[in-house]
Amino acid sequence: MHKRSAEPLLWLLFSAGGVASAVFVPVLVLLFGLAFPLGWLSPPSYEHMYNLVHHPLTRLVLFGVSVVSLIHAAHRFRFTLYDGLQIKHLNELIGLFCYGGALVLSIWAGYLLWTIG
Amino acid sequence: MSERHAYTDYHPRWLRSRPSTYWWLERRAYLSFITRELSSIFIAWFVVYLLLLVRAVSLGDSNYQAFLAWSRHPVVMTLNVVTAFFVLFHAVTWFNLAPKAMVVHLGHKRLPASLISAANYGAWVVTTAFVLWLLLGG
Repeated sequence: MHKRSAEPLLWLLFSAGGVASAVFVPVLVLLFGLAFPLGWLSPPSYEHMYNLVHHPLTRLVLFGVSVVSLIHAAHRFRFTLYDGLQIKHLNELIGLFCYGGALVLSIWAGYLLWTIG
Repeated sequence: MSERHAYTDYHPRWLRSRPSTYWWLERRAYLSFITRELSSIFIAWFVVYLLLLVRAVSLGDSNYQAFLAWSRHPVVMTLNVVTAFFVLFHAVTWFNLAPKAMVVHLGHKRLPASLISAANYGAWVVTTAFVLWLLLGG
């Protein structure tokens, strides 16, 4: 019996996160990162944001997008460190740092989005 | 290495030279590869930024206003301009390579790459429009 590798699952989540971040993030970064701060558009009122953020569906989608995007980023950054800096010998440490970071942030996202309901 | 290999004093040096740490600057294709790879950092940053926004909204109006003020800080703005560039680069390269990763068959025929790309871009447009409507209209 050989141990099942986690790699296929990680690649699957990487792809899911790649799609989720490609589809959702550009519009959000252009709005909250550029258009609102620069005054091109006026940001939504507090009431509007409050209602939006407290809707269960918004929180569910935000949680899903956050988690898979974080895993996507962790997975890709892991290979950036491998290939870009050629530090393959630090395999375990890099894995721990990347996936550990994604896990901690995912737990924070879950806690945050669960408790604001 | 074969056992019969005769050992001489004039052993040739290994032809495996370690690539330079800056190998990714040598060609355009390498540079775009590393740009795509580095987009991961900015995606992670933006997820955190978005969650901070959600947190601010959950804490009340004054926290939301404080977040908006913070988002106008030059350092945050600069970071987000760079983030926008990397995220758009990620999105475009991702949708362009989608046909290579997604092989869809309809009966015995493989769907053409252009159709799969178009479907991905379509999903992007629809999602973007929906998010805009949620935030600005509605």
